[in-house]
Amino acid sequence: MGEVDVQALRGVDLDLYAGEFTVMLGPSGSGKSTLLNILGGLDVPTTGKVIYRGMELTTASQLQLTYFRRECVGFVFQFYNLIPSLTALENVSLVTDVAKDPMSALEALELVNLQDRKDHFPSQLSGGQQQRVAIARAIAKRPDVLLCDEPTGALDASTGITVLEAITRINRELGTTTAVITHNATIGQIADRVVTMRDGRIAEDIRNADRADLQELRW
Amino acid sequence: MMRALDRKLIRELGQSKAQSLAIVLVIASGVAVFVMSLNTLGFLRATRDAYYDRYRFGHLFASVRRAPMSESERLAEISGVAAVQARVVSDVTLDVPGLAEPAVGRLISLPEQSGVGLNRVHLRRGRMPDPDRAGEVLVSDAFFEANSLALGDTIEAVLNGRLQTLRIVGVALSPEYVIQIRGGDLLPDEKRFGVFWMPRRQMEAAFNMEGAFNDVSLRLLRGANADEVVDRVDAVLKPYGSVGAIDRDQHLSARFLADELKQLRATGLVAPAVFLCVAAFLLNIVLSRRIHTHRSIIATLKAFGYTNIEIGWHYLESSLLVSSLGALAGVVAGLWMGNGLARLYSEFYRFPTFVYRPDYRVIIAAVVISLLAAVVGSLRSVRAATRLAPAEAMQPIAPPIYRRSWLERLGIHAWLPVTARMILRGLQRRPVGALFSSIGIAFSVAVMVMTGFFADALDHLIEFQYAVAQRHDVQVLFREVTSPRVRHDLRNLPGVNQVEPFRAIGVNLRHGHRDHRTSILGLEPNRQLYRLLNTEAKPVRLPPSGVVLSDKLADLLGVVPGNDITVEVLEGEELVYQLPVAGVAKEYAGTNAYMDRYELHRLMKETDVLSGAFLAVDPSHRVELYRQLKQTPQVSSVSIKSASIQQFRDTIAANQMTMQSFTVFFAAVIAVGVVYNTARISLEERSRELATLRVIGFTRGEVSAILLGELSILTVVAIPLGFCIGFGFCAAMVIGFDSELYRIPLVIHPASYARAALVTIAASLVSGLLVRHRLDRLDLVEVLKSRE
Repeated sequence: MGEVDVQALRGVDLDLYAGEFTVMLGPSGSGKSTLLNILGGLDVPTTGKVIYRGMELTTASQLQLTYFRRECVGFVFQFYNLIPSLTALENVSLVTDVAKDPMSALEALELVNLQDRKDHFPSQLSGGQQQRVAIARAIAKRPDVLLCDEPTGALDASTGITVLEAITRINRELGTTTAVITHNATIGQIADRVVTMRDGRIAEDIRNADRADLQELRW
Repeated sequence: MMRALDRKLIRELGQSKAQSLAIVLVIASGVAVFVMSLNTLGFLRATRDAYYDRYRFGHLFASVRRAPMSESERLAEISGVAAVQARVVSDVTLDVPGLAEPAVGRLISLPEQSGVGLNRVHLRRGRMPDPDRAGEVLVSDAFFEANSLALGDTIEAVLNGRLQTLRIVGVALSPEYVIQIRGGDLLPDEKRFGVFWMPRRQMEAAFNMEGAFNDVSLRLLRGANADEVVDRVDAVLKPYGSVGAIDRDQHLSARFLADELKQLRATGLVAPAVFLCVAAFLLNIVLSRRIHTHRSIIATLKAFGYTNIEIGWHYLESSLLVSSLGALAGVVAGLWMGNGLARLYSEFYRFPTFVYRPDYRVIIAAVVISLLAAVVGSLRSVRAATRLAPAEAMQPIAPPIYRRSWLERLGIHAWLPVTARMILRGLQRRPVGALFSSIGIAFSVAVMVMTGFFADALDHLIEFQYAVAQRHDVQVLFREVTSPRVRHDLRNLPGVNQVEPFRAIGVNLRHGHRDHRTSILGLEPNRQLYRLLNTEAKPVRLPPSGVVLSDKLADLLGVVPGNDITVEVLEGEELVYQLPVAGVAKEYAGTNAYMDRYELHRLMKETDVLSGAFLAVDPSHRVELYRQLKQTPQVSSVSIKSASIQQFRDTIAANQMTMQSFTVFFAAVIAVGVVYNTARISLEERSRELATLRVIGFTRGEVSAILLGELSILTVVAIPLGFCIGFGFCAAMVIGFDSELYRIPLVIHPASYARAALVTIAASLVSGLLVRHRLDRLDLVEVLKSRE
């Protein structure tokens, strides 16, 4: 069996603005993960351009992309992806050790209210706590962009809210441009902007007049 | 029609080709050495036994000064004796065309009728000598080839003080000289020592031995008590100057060959054991990992109704398949290497026929053993697969539990970068696996240490024995004990700077219930040339009374300096003395005893008579000296140390290159096999972790540092461990090789250790880079999507 080309995105034209909190909605297979990967410099589109503050990511070398991720982007994954052999604090240090102008690892943990758990290993933390450590790890370098791929996907509602709390707080307090992927439409209520994708295309791009309060969310 | 499960097996093996290949190579190496050694051993032993039997090789051997032929009939009457061959044997000095140095020829009488008697010759070329024509001889094929002789060539020889021309009419072999080595020599020198067969009538005439013999071989009846026969033979021959009969254990050629077979057997058993242990370990880690990642697949199969046995067999099959491939490759390589080894042996050991044939029993044994290793290596993980409860296996695996490593708890925590902590904690979480990996790599180091050891030990032996201790250039033996005047004759030969004469007496030394036959060498009290040294290479003084024993002899008799031993003189009046052991000298060959020469004369109640002398020679006069020695009637044999050593080194050097490249290959196979598999598994286990690091901005170099760091630690730990294991192997070999003929010193130079470490580091590096290549191609997006 040879390679089969699957077209994940077709004709996507999207501008993300500094400081904006964007939620990307869409069923699975709609292309939202691919879009996020391209935005984060993990993947390169076969055609088209991605420009980040004047730098063309589509023609950047592997090493340039690595440094783009290292300096500009914070990632949060659905399954946390913490290093099991490192404590909470060390997982964050992993980033602060190599970043240019990071906050201290402890500060980052304080932002997600986990300073008390800093010496716990991932196996000693709940799912929500692990995800908050992952967020602390993502924002400790003061990234310009925070990309979250289904950050609440593996969590129950109340735990999910504590995680979203952490993300919105970062967006508010640090002014980090934030994009959250989810298939949970409810989360769209707390964003500045909701982009809905279907079949690799942007189906809807709506600005919220006013963002809902996190405590009002129910799913 | 192939079942789906079988398809799965084959695809999975295809996916892990490189890993499987590494294991196949390790198994193949073990099987190859096994097949090579044991197949060669089997056929060498069969060839030898058939040769000994067909050419009626003697069981007991004795020499006398001169005994009447009637005594040989008395020997034949001893119960247990099947046949007796009484002969005339004499060493003579030869002038070989094209050879500057004098050579030594051992002249052996041929019975009148060919094809009768013991120790029969096998005529390889030419014809048997005509008893009626003076000077016609057969020559041993090793000497014939080494000196590039041709049929019809003549050689000048000094027979019983008379110069005579020997004409080569045939080339022959004898079971007595499968390896052509001279008594007292450590190494064969085919160029300067040859065996010649001459019709008995001619020998009698040349050596005044009409109706007499000076050498006898006996064949025993099956089940005869050899010790009893020896005693009775000694009783008959003692009056004629016999120093006692010896059996095949003490027969030089037979003993060398037997030792070689012993060594081959050891190689054939020890080396494969190491390789197959490593292979079993590798199969274990690879299969454990596969079953770990296949948890949900196994659960699904069980849910579909596959039995535990079917699932267990499915996973065992993959190991058996890898192992069969290894066995197959190993058998082919082993037969090929065995053929090379056989050719090598045929240069050293001379047999009439030397046809290399594969032994199917060895091949079957090799296959069975490698399959067994596969089963042993797979048992643990296969059992884990069968024990997996389907419901449980469907659950995601809890995150692995890590702890701070003990190193960190010691307080160096703060100093360690986070990545170093990852490495340490990773190792600590699987200490047993890490230890086994290190032991595996250590075996590679050990194999290399052993290779270095052979060369180092040989160097040390030759240096110690032939340069530091024995500083003479030439040793001459006199035809009969000679008066001290000969000393001045020798001194006046061209280029001779120093002469140190000696007296040799055959004795039986006794201490308690132990005894040993040897000679006492009476040496000059103040010597420059033939020195006795202790283990620290400091001279051992030869006191005016008492004997100094070689360390092996002291060991055999169980004596230390200060003990008394009984010395039974085996010549002349058969005197018996009690003498103190005054010292022990380190020697790597023989079991000699030494005394002050004048004290020996006094004990022997003889005047100042000599058996031979050591000479120091000015190299620029060598050719002239050799020319004159060839014609000196009193001299029965000359050995030239440097020539023999050079000859030996040349032979060894040629073979060592081949051997070295094989061992380097084997060591590298082990190192690559272990390191590559360990790295691959580590990569699989951590792919998610490493991909995460890449996503959050770690460069490829930084990420591979974590993976390669772990490998470096395993390798660094393995190196000293390998030194220890290698040293242990060498020590075991030293004990294994220890015999009355020679010992091997336990000497390993730092350079050999360094080479061993370097080869292993290089192999680790290569495997590390191979894995790094995979790491570079890690699909970041793919790894992050999955849940583990």
